Amino acid sequence: MELNARIPDHPIDRMWERHRFDMKLVNPANKRRYQVIVVGTGLAGGAAAATMGELGYQVKAFTFHDSPRRAHSIAAQGGINAAKNYQGDGDSVYRLFYDTVKGGDFRSREANVYRLAELSLNIIDQAVAQGVPFAREYGGLLANRSFGGAQVSRTFYARGQTGQQLLLGAYQALERQVQAGTVQMNVRSEMLDVIVVDGRARGIVTRDLVTGRIEAHMADAVVLGTGGYSNAFFLSTNAMGCNVTATWRAHRRGAGFANPCFTQIHPTCIPQSGEYQGKLTLMSESLRNDGRIWVPKEPGDTRAAAAIPDSERDYYLERLYPSFGNLTPRDIASRRAKEMVDSGHGVGPMRNGVYLDFRDAIQRLGKAAVAERYGNLFQMYEKITGEDPYDVPMRIYPAPHYTMGGLWVDYDLMTTVPGLFAIGEANFSDHGANRLGASALMQGLADGYFIIPLTIGNYLADAPKMDVGVDHPAARDAVREVTDTQERLLAVKGNRTVDSFHQELGRILWDHCGMARTEAGLREALQKIPELRERFWKEVLVPGSGATLNQSLEKAGRVADFLEFAEVMCWDALTRDESCGAHYRVEHTTEEGEAKRDDENFAHGAVWEFKGVGEEPVRHREPLHFEHVPLSQRSYK
Amino acid sequence: MNLTLHVWRQAGPDDAGAFETYRAEDISDSMSFLDMLDLVNEDLTRKGKEPIAFEHDCREGICGSCGMMINGVAHGPERLITACQLHMRSFKDGDEIWIEPFRATAFPVMRDLVVDRNSFDRVIQAGGYISVRTGSAQDANATPIPKRDADRAFDAAACIGCGACVAACPNASAMLFTAAKVAHLSYLPQGQAERLERALGMASQHDAEGFGNCTNHGACQEACPKGISVDYIARLNRDVLKGTLNKAVGTPD
Repeated sequence: MELNARIPDHPIDRMWERHRFDMKLVNPANKRRYQVIVVGTGLAGGAAAATMGELGYQVKAFTFHDSPRRAHSIAAQGGINAAKNYQGDGDSVYRLFYDTVKGGDFRSREANVYRLAELSLNIIDQAVAQGVPFAREYGGLLANRSFGGAQVSRTFYARGQTGQQLLLGAYQALERQVQAGTVQMNVRSEMLDVIVVDGRARGIVTRDLVTGRIEAHMADAVVLGTGGYSNAFFLSTNAMGCNVTATWRAHRRGAGFANPCFTQIHPTCIPQSGEYQGKLTLMSESLRNDGRIWVPKEPGDTRAAAAIPDSERDYYLERLYPSFGNLTPRDIASRRAKEMVDSGHGVGPMRNGVYLDFRDAIQRLGKAAVAERYGNLFQMYEKITGEDPYDVPMRIYPAPHYTMGGLWVDYDLMTTVPGLFAIGEANFSDHGANRLGASALMQGLADGYFIIPLTIGNYLADAPKMDVGVDHPAARDAVREVTDTQERLLAVKGNRTVDSFHQELGRILWDHCGMARTEAGLREALQKIPELRERFWKEVLVPGSGATLNQSLEKAGRVADFLEFAEVMCWDALTRDESCGAHYRVEHTTEEGEAKRDDENFAHGAVWEFKGVGEEPVRHREPLHFEHVPLSQRSYK
Repeated sequence: MNLTLHVWRQAGPDDAGAFETYRAEDISDSMSFLDMLDLVNEDLTRKGKEPIAFEHDCREGICGSCGMMINGVAHGPERLITACQLHMRSFKDGDEIWIEPFRATAFPVMRDLVVDRNSFDRVIQAGGYISVRTGSAQDANATPIPKRDADRAFDAAACIGCGACVAACPNASAMLFTAAKVAHLSYLPQGQAERLERALGMASQHDAEGFGNCTNHGACQEACPKGISVDYIARLNRDVLKGTLNKAVGTPD
């Protein structure tokens, strides 16, 4: 597997501009001769499909949802970063770049991150022009707030529904292109394989979720904007439908998978309330702006929060990290919460949370101002827990939330399979070992609106124009393989539900490849996962048929892929024998209890090559060079 | 608590469909309504029966996927939430619960509680956007927008496209949905250029889809999980009227 990141040979602050000039163009009249498939229509895929449609490409977009507006991007609450420096507090493109590389604990590619920081400016302009109703000050200018891992206010937001408003902006742009006839929208259509012809991605195989029809779709290039894989853990804040199938299928067809063990555990989620639960709920990190995190000093203290005086409370983030306080990056905030709960300081009926308290903010700002900032989040919390956060502190605990790992891509966002691109959370490019808050929306939109529409032209201009139809042997083989897998799932007719396997897999991963990882634990997981997979294929029960809307069958296919994918996650965590960002190996801890990196041996992206189900995958490296942000121990003290 | 559920089962669009009765046992207060349905489905699956098909995804009230009539009320008895945010503490032991799909000509039932809401997408396609090409925007702070207008635009833009307004309306009208998008864009300076064309295009697509007209019942506002106001319908009607008159007599210079 060849890993050439194709980083343009220009100074970093001119690189994207010069690269745009160097790239080959497809002339406007020729663009309509090219077909591009976009899978996934969230922020990244929706923006990409809309913009490529505007440029004149023939776009075929696919989503398993009933409408592009349902994509999980819609659930992002807190905001989107941009180096606008509207607050005049010393922000700049360079500072956003610096913060993102440092926040990612030096495991991302400087060139990509710099471009992301640059494009952050255009995203806000674009979104406002589309009518995204960002929060504003009384003077009519845009408002900002601060987020974890940053000491400037650069986060733009639309109450607690920033993802929704940005997604609706992209959705509207997309529907405009559907109306214009440049984008053909395929809803309730799930991608189940990539078709590779002569080493190039030339199409996909989909299942129509209503009729069950499995068919091939061909194109000159394929773009995956299919999101992350947090649902490998079963319980996560991801929507129920989020899955690894598209990227895993691409991986099986030759696309390298980078850093699969870099999974982010978000510090502010509502703690689990019982075994029956299928999903956890995130409370925006923006709450950490005004909420103070604490636990009782005394382990096992069961008094109500209000009955515990300040002197008996441990505001542990403020104590340990005086300069960042409650706004430390997510990995640190999560790990510290876990330590508190593990050492008996947990609160709530199951003793599985820490407090996030707004008492002081309400005293300082008044209830109305707090409601203005967080009203809908407070309402959401109350509906779920039955407790009113204006009166009693919220209870929070970390939960799987975002995956920094994903398909390896070069500077042009192309995977190791020519013609196959990955954007948004589906790729690995910008967040290193830890993503900072309000950066996911930024990356999805930078990739979708501003990068892929240009870099795809650079690929197409050079790629041989081939006429490959759905009757090509590669397409027919892929359709047959997908059909066979589906028939095998239906034929098992065992006695256990799909969810029960998913739950069991999630427990293995949470215990051994979750917030704290050890060599022994990972080896145990690598033993248990193949056993579980074997049992799945013998005992799973998928009712119904393949020829109708069958939600059990959809889930079964996704869980079957998670059961293969989970192994490479553990291989990655095992072989990355260091701690960095969200990847915390207990063996590698500094004296202060922080993740201890090993830059000499691990300043690289680990890129995995598929060798067959159950076979040990091959690990490749992309060395990382830090020329602008000097390697240093992260400190948020 | 133990409950009796009467659930609409329908194998496909052409099937007649009927209610089936199930028991939901050992349900705890802190479960969500959909957690409860998951439990029933696990049980049905283990018995080799096909589980109840229903749509859901984010389970935090924002994606708009879930939607069902619970005891005849869209999204169930609590106001300002979606079915996925409804928790079992709203019910009590021994309750009977009737669960049906959203019903409207423009929302054909696909299976059980799953309906086809793509008519909403087509209403958006008919003008529910601002025509701005990627990359052609001015600086985001170049045009200040009074906070009041931005807030009003946001209130309208909060629509999640779930279809509760349609299900609740005796005319199965989607005027609230359509008006919310028209209002969102009409409060903003960027939305002015296409304002009347947008209202006309979307309203005419709304009718073409088979949604009924608004006769001021206000049931949509009551059912809306995001609390979107019927006032926006008046605003839509005004823009449609203005657009129609402009077309009839020509735009004044």
